Amino acid sequence: MRPGLPRWIYLPAFLGGLFVAVPLLAVVVKVDWTSFASLITSSASVTALLLSVKTAAVSTALCILLGVPVALVLGRSRSPVVRWVRPIFLLPLVLPPVVGGIALLYAFGRLGLLGRYLDAAGIHIAFSTTAVVLAQAFVSLPFLVIALEGAVRSVGVDHEAVAATLGARPTVVWWRVTMPMLLPGLVSGAVLAFARALGEFGATLTFAGSRQGVTRTLPLEIYLQRESDADAAVALSLLLVVVAAIVVAVVGSRRLASGGLTSGVGS
Amino acid sequence: MGHGSWFKGSTLVAIALTVFGVGVSGCGAQGADQHKAITVYAAASLRSVFDEIKKRYEDRNPGSTVEFTFAGSSDLVTQLTQGAKADVFASADTRNMDKAEAAGLLADKPVNFASNTLVIVTAPGNPKQIHGFADLAEPGLVVVECAAPVPCGGATHKVAQQLHVTLTPASEETSVTDVLNKVTSGQADAGVVYRTDALLAGPKVATVEFPEAATAVNHYPIAVLKSASDAVGARNFVDLVTSGVGQKILQQAGFAQP
Repeated sequence: MRPGLPRWIYLPAFLGGLFVAVPLLAVVVKVDWTSFASLITSSASVTALLLSVKTAAVSTALCILLGVPVALVLGRSRSPVVRWVRPIFLLPLVLPPVVGGIALLYAFGRLGLLGRYLDAAGIHIAFSTTAVVLAQAFVSLPFLVIALEGAVRSVGVDHEAVAATLGARPTVVWWRVTMPMLLPGLVSGAVLAFARALGEFGATLTFAGSRQGVTRTLPLEIYLQRESDADAAVALSLLLVVVAAIVVAVVGSRRLASGGLTSGVGS
Repeated sequence: MGHGSWFKGSTLVAIALTVFGVGVSGCGAQGADQHKAITVYAAASLRSVFDEIKKRYEDRNPGSTVEFTFAGSSDLVTQLTQGAKADVFASADTRNMDKAEAAGLLADKPVNFASNTLVIVTAPGNPKQIHGFADLAEPGLVVVECAAPVPCGGATHKVAQQLHVTLTPASEETSVTDVLNKVTSGQADAGVVYRTDALLAGPKVATVEFPEAATAVNHYPIAVLKSASDAVGARNFVDLVTSGVGQKILQQAGFAQP
């Protein structure tokens, strides 16, 4: 039997719920519904939304590509070097995004540490959609790594050891045993990374600039609309809230509850 | 488990109470202040000059202090219409001051106290040989400007239209500071900013003036607000800004006569 919660705890829990719900509700109340449809279907809005979804999808793929090996190493390795290096991967989680943007600028910008060589080779990252993807991946990677690392730790190596003793080759063990067990953690991590990428603002503005159809994602469009047309900014904000809610609700909530993140945070 | 969550819960409540408590006592301390303090909401581009004018104000009015909130003019108007209390509002364009006036926030008519004109900034030494606005349309040049809804962007578009020059900017930034940063960090070859921004950047940029800037001058209005807690102090501050002393400080920073 589950031990019961003290009854008073529902009051602060309820306040906590209101704390999150009321501002979101305020956006809904503020929306000018008569012009809502025209505001969110303007060409600038649609372009920004499509760019956001597209770049967030690509940056999530990049996070999976880079984050899965990182999470496996962090979760499995006993090396003290790995223990020392681990905080670096989590740093973008606590850094203000604008700092991430500045860091990326001096790495991949035209005169940056790597950027100057890329530029000489004819690869121009500044002001391109690639810059948006890099900014998003930079800030989202730790979300995926944390979620998956937790899953890696909680799953352990017993099943793989059994598979190996039964004669399965490492590649077969990887695809048939390891990956299926890590899938819930990977999905929850990918969803979090996607949601974070979708909302990325500071690093993008600092590093990639703002140009319609190229680098101006939905959060940047909202920020710009705010200057001239507050109603449009509110309508677009609601659009972003809805898109984020769909991502979290449809794919995320069950995974987040049962997947790797909870154990990842606990460990 | 039950015991553990109880502890956690009570800790959180304690933290919440501490945070709110500090917030409340902070406000209380301000209210009990014996000094007269005026709050000035000012456009971010006025930061350095207003810091200077604040010193003069506090010298002339012993016991009085000036507190600033610097931000983009449209952010400031939004905050004021949402109930922020301030004594003076200084905007970087007439459009945002008009918004404040339409919202019934002003105690009197706004006065223009300065103007700012556009210039082109490039890397030091002007390596791309840009000598006028039309040069910005040169293919292969990475140009950054403000987006149209921002005051500096509106002015840039006006000049481009008058000259029948079509710019293809690499980026349309939300603030003039972002344009400047893209040039000083070497990301862009050229950017269109205000003369005052170029002066602030000093040797980090080369400045190229163009005569057509005179057709898209940006005016800075200032006004006393209805919500002023010290209307006399607010009036004195506005008078100081428009006085010879204030004008001299403004002109040293690159602002032109209103």
